[in-house]
Amino acid sequence: MTSLTSAGAGDDLKIWLTKRTRWRGAEIVFWLACLLPYALTPDYLQLASQIAISALFALSLDLLLGYAGVLSLGHAAFFGLGAYTAGLLAAHGWGEPLTGLAAAGLVAGVCGFLASLIVVRFRGLALIMITLGLAQMLASAANSVSWLTGGADGLQGVDVKPLFGVFSFDLWGRTAYAYSLAVLFLVFLLVRRITNSPFGLSLRGIRENGVRMAALGAPNQAHLRKTFTIAAGIAGLAGALLTQTTETVSLQTLGFQKSADVLVMLVLGGVGRLYGGLVGAIIYMIARDQFSDMNPEYWFFWIGLMLIGVVVFLPGGILGGLSLLTRSWKRRAP
Amino acid sequence: MLGSIAGVLYDGFAYGMLLFLLSVGLSVTLGMMNFVNLAHGAFAMLGGYVAVTLMNRLDWPFLATLPVAFLAAAAASIVLERVLYRRFYKASDLDQCLLTIGIVFVSIASAAYVFGTEQAVVRTPAWLQGSFVVGEQTFGVYRLFLIVVALALAAGLVGLLEFTRFGAKVRAAVDNQRMARGLGIDVDRVFALTFALGCGLAGLGGALAIELVGLNHTFAFSYLIYVLIVVSVGGLGSIGGSFAAAALLGVSTVAGEYWAPQTGSFLIYFVMVAILMWRPLGLFGKR
Repeated sequence: MTSLTSAGAGDDLKIWLTKRTRWRGAEIVFWLACLLPYALTPDYLQLASQIAISALFALSLDLLLGYAGVLSLGHAAFFGLGAYTAGLLAAHGWGEPLTGLAAAGLVAGVCGFLASLIVVRFRGLALIMITLGLAQMLASAANSVSWLTGGADGLQGVDVKPLFGVFSFDLWGRTAYAYSLAVLFLVFLLVRRITNSPFGLSLRGIRENGVRMAALGAPNQAHLRKTFTIAAGIAGLAGALLTQTTETVSLQTLGFQKSADVLVMLVLGGVGRLYGGLVGAIIYMIARDQFSDMNPEYWFFWIGLMLIGVVVFLPGGILGGLSLLTRSWKRRAP
Repeated sequence: MLGSIAGVLYDGFAYGMLLFLLSVGLSVTLGMMNFVNLAHGAFAMLGGYVAVTLMNRLDWPFLATLPVAFLAAAAASIVLERVLYRRFYKASDLDQCLLTIGIVFVSIASAAYVFGTEQAVVRTPAWLQGSFVVGEQTFGVYRLFLIVVALALAAGLVGLLEFTRFGAKVRAAVDNQRMARGLGIDVDRVFALTFALGCGLAGLGGALAIELVGLNHTFAFSYLIYVLIVVSVGGLGSIGGSFAAAALLGVSTVAGEYWAPQTGSFLIYFVMVAILMWRPLGLFGKR
């Protein structure tokens, strides 16, 4: 990037990047609207915190898939690692939430780095299968060490202390939602910063044409390793939030279903757009809550139909469709 | 010990042959068009349910249902290929994955709606039940039947691909699609036929699988992972690779269940990751 910043083109790039980092009105409205559940639907704060957690998880996959182009079918591995780290700490007497959260992110990040040493060397089908295989190995390992993880019954005795020693995690989810939303927002700022940096641009370059980026001298594999590590750490944070707000951990947090769910959310919202995972998580989780009395088998039918619909009619997800609409509207308006 | 090794190898090989039938079609079509068809298992499930319905409702004999299962899955695949898949050959891996996983979800829900969520029950004829004894080890008759059918089909497939004009076109399209088009081969047509053949084989595999592993509405999903392992380990577009990978996967699954049941499916995934790290394109993959 040194050659770019020294020349005149560098200034253009800087201006372009600053323009992109400027906050738009719609974004501010979106984040303010996230506070609405406190006023409008105080009975649904528990659901709102689940949505925020899923959104965080989807955001981490978005960084990996939408920006770096790494299709992982095993992303739940890091979510589960974070969930179990926070859960085990809390079950063995360390119930302080913030340090537990940090520890979970760290553990997931370190494991993500180790996995990335293997993962980034592959593309295509092999990449999908390697991520899937590593995650399934972890899931069956966690199942077989039931003395540690609680096995199929889930981890018992998770006792989370009040946040800052003051706000305890109540049944209505008031603390849980504020906590999850705050973490989501802070991580979102970080991811926004990353994707609008020169580093984020070179990630997109790798996604679009890895061979060409290598020819330009970009260290592709190092970039991908970094991204994978960061994404894994964020997924770990999301897992820890789930543990701390629900005070349970189950093997499902590691399962293939979890990896598939988050992918569906992200695709629904729009891959490669910062808000895609967030919007997708909101729609997916609310729809699932509304249809929760329906037989889960039939719920699959609607997810499947939505997926086919999005791929056929709405490439780019809901946000992609919206931006197409606004663009054509703007073109007509002046 | 020796007897149990023979038993594990026999059961594992039979299971592997089942996986071979379920996955060989995907391997060839993926190698040819690079189309990631995760819905392959749905065709197997369709074949299974067709066989079950014919046997239980219409009292057809077991053997007569097998060709119908093949034809039903092949016909369904042709429809789907014409309506949906055709437009996505040039799309990204992600779009293809999502489209076909959507189809899997829809098929699971439809199967639950039509056939219920219980395990399907079939009555295989008496001559396929029971077992025979060699030395001190007992061997299931049905597994022998499965092995014979799979070997015959594998031989037929190799013959078809190696010694016929159609096979030469398929091989050309797998090796280099653009060159094959340039030589005047109608790759789309060859692909559609191969696709139907592969899905038909999956349907047949689904019908044969009921006796061994059961059949319920989640079949399309639960066997998807095994099918993908066979395809990626064997290498795209390689029948021999699929055969070897399926046999290896079958034996290691049964061995894991027999000697180390507490580790679950760990061993299978470990073998897969290790092989892919050694050969990212699979055992017999060329590209």
